[in-house]
Amino acid sequence: MRRFWARFATHRAGIAAGLYVLALVLTMLGVELLPGADPHAISAEVMRPPSPAHPLGTDELGRDVLLSILHGIKVSLSVGFAAALGATVIGVLVGSTAGFYGGVIDLFTMRISEIFQVVPSFILAAVIVALSGPGLVQVVAVISLLAWPQVARLMRGEVMRIKQLEFVDAVRCLGIREPVILAGEIVPNALAPALAAGSLIVAHAILLEAALSFFGLSSADIISWGRMLNSGQRFLYNAWWLSVFPGAAIFTTVLAFNLLGDALGSALNPRTVSGK
Amino acid sequence: MVRYLLARLAWAVPIVLAILVINFLIVHLVPGDPVQALVGDLPTPPGYVEQVREEFGLDQPITHQLGLYLWNLAQGNLGFSFANRQPVLGLILDRARLTLLLMLPALTLAAVIGVICALAAAPHAGSAYDSGITALSLIGYSVPIFWLGQLLVILFAIKLRWLPAQGMITLRNTPTGWAAVWDVLWHLVLPALSVTIYYTAVVARVARASVLETISQDYVLTARAKGLSRRAVLWRHVLPNSLIPVVTVIGYNFGYSLTGAILVETVFAWPGLGNLFITSIGNRDYPVLQGIFLFTAITVVFANVLTDILYGALDPRVRMGQRAHA
Amino acid sequence: MSANILEITGLTLDYTARGRTLRALDAVSLSVGAGEAVGLVGESGSGKSTLARAALGLTPAKTSHIAAGEIRIAGRDVTHFSEDEWAEMRGDPVAIVFQDPLSYLNPVMRVGAQIAESVARHTPSLAVAPRVKELLELVKLPAACAASYPHELSGGMRQRVLLAIAIGCRPRLLIADEPTTALDVTTQAEILALLAELRRQLDMAMLLISHDLGIVAQACERIYVMYAGRTIEWGSAAAVFETPAHPYTVGLLRAAHADRDSDGHFVTIGGDPPNLAITTPGCPFAPRCAHALPQCATSMPGPVTMGGGLQTVRCWRCRPDASHAAADAAGQAP
Repeated sequence: MRRFWARFATHRAGIAAGLYVLALVLTMLGVELLPGADPHAISAEVMRPPSPAHPLGTDELGRDVLLSILHGIKVSLSVGFAAALGATVIGVLVGSTAGFYGGVIDLFTMRISEIFQVVPSFILAAVIVALSGPGLVQVVAVISLLAWPQVARLMRGEVMRIKQLEFVDAVRCLGIREPVILAGEIVPNALAPALAAGSLIVAHAILLEAALSFFGLSSADIISWGRMLNSGQRFLYNAWWLSVFPGAAIFTTVLAFNLLGDALGSALNPRTVSGK
Repeated sequence: MVRYLLARLAWAVPIVLAILVINFLIVHLVPGDPVQALVGDLPTPPGYVEQVREEFGLDQPITHQLGLYLWNLAQGNLGFSFANRQPVLGLILDRARLTLLLMLPALTLAAVIGVICALAAAPHAGSAYDSGITALSLIGYSVPIFWLGQLLVILFAIKLRWLPAQGMITLRNTPTGWAAVWDVLWHLVLPALSVTIYYTAVVARVARASVLETISQDYVLTARAKGLSRRAVLWRHVLPNSLIPVVTVIGYNFGYSLTGAILVETVFAWPGLGNLFITSIGNRDYPVLQGIFLFTAITVVFANVLTDILYGALDPRVRMGQRAHA
Repeated sequence: MSANILEITGLTLDYTARGRTLRALDAVSLSVGAGEAVGLVGESGSGKSTLARAALGLTPAKTSHIAAGEIRIAGRDVTHFSEDEWAEMRGDPVAIVFQDPLSYLNPVMRVGAQIAESVARHTPSLAVAPRVKELLELVKLPAACAASYPHELSGGMRQRVLLAIAIGCRPRLLIADEPTTALDVTTQAEILALLAELRRQLDMAMLLISHDLGIVAQACERIYVMYAGRTIEWGSAAAVFETPAHPYTVGLLRAAHADRDSDGHFVTIGGDPPNLAITTPGCPFAPRCAHALPQCATSMPGPVTMGGGLQTVRCWRCRPDASHAAADAAGQAP
């Protein structure tokens, strides 16, 4: 465990990414809990470029862009984490069962995960959300449903590998029943790569949510970075700041989670990425 | 090779069936009257809704409905789009051609650039240049492609005025003949560039890892030990082997690039599938949405099978099922 | 001016990885003359494979570094050759064959094409296809093999293909690095017999590298024994095997003969393998040596010739008055 953190600590980009994510979470909490200006407040200062009063400009209804971006963190992070959590929980359950018991369950699981890998996830998500109505719950549910196969495959592979190791037989000889072995001994050892993948799923979920919002498939009363890009699209000619800044927010956040996921992944696997 | 081909097809068929079933289930599992999903939200001629109910057997048991649905599909009936006044299938095929026109140059360019970057970086593994490639690749992976499109429009079309911001053809004084071809190409640059940048990231990452791995292989040592020149070693031993994962990653990520193209089209009002998708969402033209899902999903499966075949052609171990002796 | 095809003098080679340095070879000297069969023996990590690769400039350029000494091939100093210069020298006059043949053959290229590459490169005046056929015959493979891919052949067949590739270069010296290690016993014997015959037919010198004393004893006229990157004993195979002087060689031979001691236990060499990251000024075998003298830990013994010039050893215990020292070293109980 200590070696894991030691290896992780050498990955400077990963640490920076981790700190950034922490900063985002704190900002989100701060913005929610502390009283401050209302991002929905309409003003007469319509379509103003960045200035000292409005560092990132204002939009077509006079709302401050910086405030909107800060409030938008909530949606991105909550959708990201919730979807990743959902996908991880389902993936861990399904994957470990498939890897441990094998046979029909395994075959079935692998086929289903192949289907979800092949199908273009954004389009499926968009169609489902279009039909069932925009709403955070639907979006989270759809993304979880599309992402769990990835976790399941990882889990399955790890469980199959660990199940062969000798200590499992040792525990079996103590008379402990199979499901308990799976939950108590195997899963905890197999979790690590699944968790590293979790960060990558958050990144993917944030991108997916942004894309869905960009396509107008999100609720209009919730501030979302993707939705800001959607409205910004109309004003590319006269208000570039309405598109550049929200998009930058999405980009940096997704980049941070991808970096974090990579750093966690390489800290788990001591073989270095660069060629020997 | 034939056995391999058949095996790949055998894999594809259940997946296509599953896709068809998923599409069917979407209609029935989402809240609301399934007719809505099949007809859309637009005003329809009187009696049409009843006709659809009957055609799809909506008052019949679900297995019966599934059968009818599959039968309809087999006849190419994906419904009718009132917003576009066309049968859905024809509409999708028309637009799909334009999306392909956008994708293919972008994919080719991305593949070439990605491989060249990887080859250039390989001798300098671990150095700043190599880290640069990895970093750029990570950035390309993380950037939302629609935002990238918007940035390109702002920079090149609006600020610099070098290229057009929207559409496929110039609407005022539309040129004809050869000039028309140039006009389309001119409009193609920015959207294709967005897809290219996005995709090069995927390719460069894999190509780099692949080249690095191949160079450290033992058979490269044998080739050098034979006294072959560096060039010969590179062209005859390193490249053919390292390109295989690159080709397969491009093929297996076809779905990724298709989604990218669809997203980018909305920024540039490129009249392909993506544009159709977003306008249909606005129109609540559900049959079109489902049709696009079916079309794209099946195309991706098809692309996967093609890639499998190509993989088998390039790597004898794959097509022979690795029947190695001890 | 020597008739030696390969002449390595005082070669010191270091590997550096992540700030740590490993001395893989320490002042190693070795030579192979025309038509000779020379053996190189040592355990894993002794540096014998490194030596084989260094002889042809095949150690990884980024992480390995020649700190001292020189390598001469057919009289030319190749020690600091660039990759392009090496491309001229490899194959002819010196070729190399490796172990574990599956990974040493290009998986997507037919075997015949890989042999053809040697032919085209070194004998461009010959028609390729007939020559490939000829080479396959020489290594006792059916001509039909040429159309196969490496994974379709058995281990023994692949090793023969590697031999054909090496021989296609018309080498005057063939370095065989553990050519039989990855093979089963019967195939081992076949390959060794093939090597002997090829040597005879093509008048080729051979440097046979192995940890298996048995095959080296069979096939070689002279041998070198390596330990921790140093050559610690060398000379005529007969002399070294019959009257080993260095305690390590003695231990190796006794283990190979499955000797038992007075308690009936198999005789082994006690202690742990050497840590190459630490360079000792003394003899690297000292920690494990039952006959170690105080000076063994502080300085490396120089070469001492014994047995009428047939045998040289680097051991403080050994004096030029050969017989007594050797008997001493061999006679004492562990």
